[in-house]
Amino acid sequence: MTANIKEFPGTGLRESDFKDKKVLFTEWSPNARYAWDAGVAIGRYLSELKEGRLIGVRCNRCRRTVIPPRIFCEWCFRPMDEWVPLPDTGTVNTFSLCYVTWDMRELTEPEISAVIDIDGTQPPVGIMHLLGEVDPQAVKIGMRVQAVWKPPEERTGSILDINYFKPISDI
Amino acid sequence: MGIRKVAVVGAGMTRFVRRAQETGKELAFEAARMALDYCDLTLDQVDCVVHGTAPDSFDGVHMKGEYLADGSGAWRKPYTRCYVGGGTGVFAPIHGWYHVASGLFDICLVVCEEKMSSCQPHPQGAFLTIFDHTTERPLGPNLLWIFALEMNRYMHTYGLSKRDIALVSVKNKRNAADHPCSLLGDPNITVEDVLNSEVMAWPVQRLDVSPVTDGAVALVLAAEHVARRISDKPVWIEGVGWNLDTTYWTNRDLCYPRYVENAARMAYEMAGITEPRKQIHIAEPYDPFDYKELHHLEGLLLFPRGKAPEATALGITQRDGDLPVCPSGGLLGVGNPIAAAGAMKVAELFWQLRGEAGKRQVPGQPRRGVAQAWGDLMQVGTVIVMGV
Repeated sequence: MTANIKEFPGTGLRESDFKDKKVLFTEWSPNARYAWDAGVAIGRYLSELKEGRLIGVRCNRCRRTVIPPRIFCEWCFRPMDEWVPLPDTGTVNTFSLCYVTWDMRELTEPEISAVIDIDGTQPPVGIMHLLGEVDPQAVKIGMRVQAVWKPPEERTGSILDINYFKPISDI
Repeated sequence: MGIRKVAVVGAGMTRFVRRAQETGKELAFEAARMALDYCDLTLDQVDCVVHGTAPDSFDGVHMKGEYLADGSGAWRKPYTRCYVGGGTGVFAPIHGWYHVASGLFDICLVVCEEKMSSCQPHPQGAFLTIFDHTTERPLGPNLLWIFALEMNRYMHTYGLSKRDIALVSVKNKRNAADHPCSLLGDPNITVEDVLNSEVMAWPVQRLDVSPVTDGAVALVLAAEHVARRISDKPVWIEGVGWNLDTTYWTNRDLCYPRYVENAARMAYEMAGITEPRKQIHIAEPYDPFDYKELHHLEGLLLFPRGKAPEATALGITQRDGDLPVCPSGGLLGVGNPIAAAGAMKVAELFWQLRGEAGKRQVPGQPRRGVAQAWGDLMQVGTVIVMGV
């Protein structure tokens, strides 16, 4: 049918039509506010972050140790068995050098987002965080990193209590 | 199981444009009317209506399904809107399929619409809330991060270069030059153009990504006894599958979309496909980013893991290759109005399998095709197998 139809509906507008108000439109800016409860598992996660520690959970049935913590094993569908303190070191699983903000404004220095597999998890699983104190071009998958914490008095019980992860050389 | 045979008997679509003058419901109407006209049906012959559209936040309209209902011909009919993120465009026809396959209805109109341009200053704003509000959003992630993280993991795992992946973007944007509705078709684009385009979130560059788009696509589904009466060549829905993986996306290996494999296996089993690479003649995998086409071809079991780039380099996935992939031009070329983009792939199979795709027609009278979409927080797969 696409071979037979000459004119398809749908009228494309130019950016200028919009800017010059050649087409009519209305605008609205919502002011939506929320307060999210951290919950049981993430509540504990945040309070440990405030103390400068990472914590995961273990399921004795599938023998996984995972982070971020959760109160139930989503695969075995049973309660997790124990809290497991984890070191604040890990391995870069993957990373990106992001040169734009969400609304497409340019950044001169890239934000380095990464998935960091945390030591002590089993099988190795990660969390998303940022990398710092590193030349963006030198970042590699497999690089060993450690959390750089805010000073205790500045911590609030937030994922931002870790400023970023920085490269380390294993002893 | 008492499943009835269901066919696609009509399809319609609007142009895919960066910003449409028409409202969402006007776009929906245009596509729906074209699909009904195609098979000489009127709205009163339609038993039920299914709508697929992505987040309400794009439009700033709560209950967007209801907002778009009249443009979809849904008033005073059984009507549902379905939504599984980017997977919606292929899931909506699946949703329509089980309305008819179950025996509840004989004719179902499926309409997929997306108007991304309303969301200011950039529709990416609507995606910021997909990240976990406590453990991830304070870090200021944007949607590009997760694609870049996944693409980098895929490249690292299989030792792929940016050039290997850019070939997909070139192929699809060239294919789209032959699509009358395309936004970014370009017959002359080269690998260098892709590799030299602006770096957004390395390894993702501007031309690795599909554009923000407005558009609508509609399909008419009919039960076998109706399809055989009203269509000279019904295109049968032979298998459907859908699957969801963990939303703890940092807890799984991003190099392989297991949920796509699960969805594909479900659809293939229903369709009696045991050797997908031999039994499928056209593939329309979801390609919002160039690496995603490769990722999805592997999840669809059409190539071994890590081997889709090699097949692309050999020309196997060209329109005249052994397994044409995205002969439509895909999301990278035709455009990516989320739900409508997936439905465009199903419409493309309809036209290709009927031999009506014009300049895009795949040679050799293809008899069976697969379309797939993907979305949510990178973990939903939706698959349809269609054949004549």
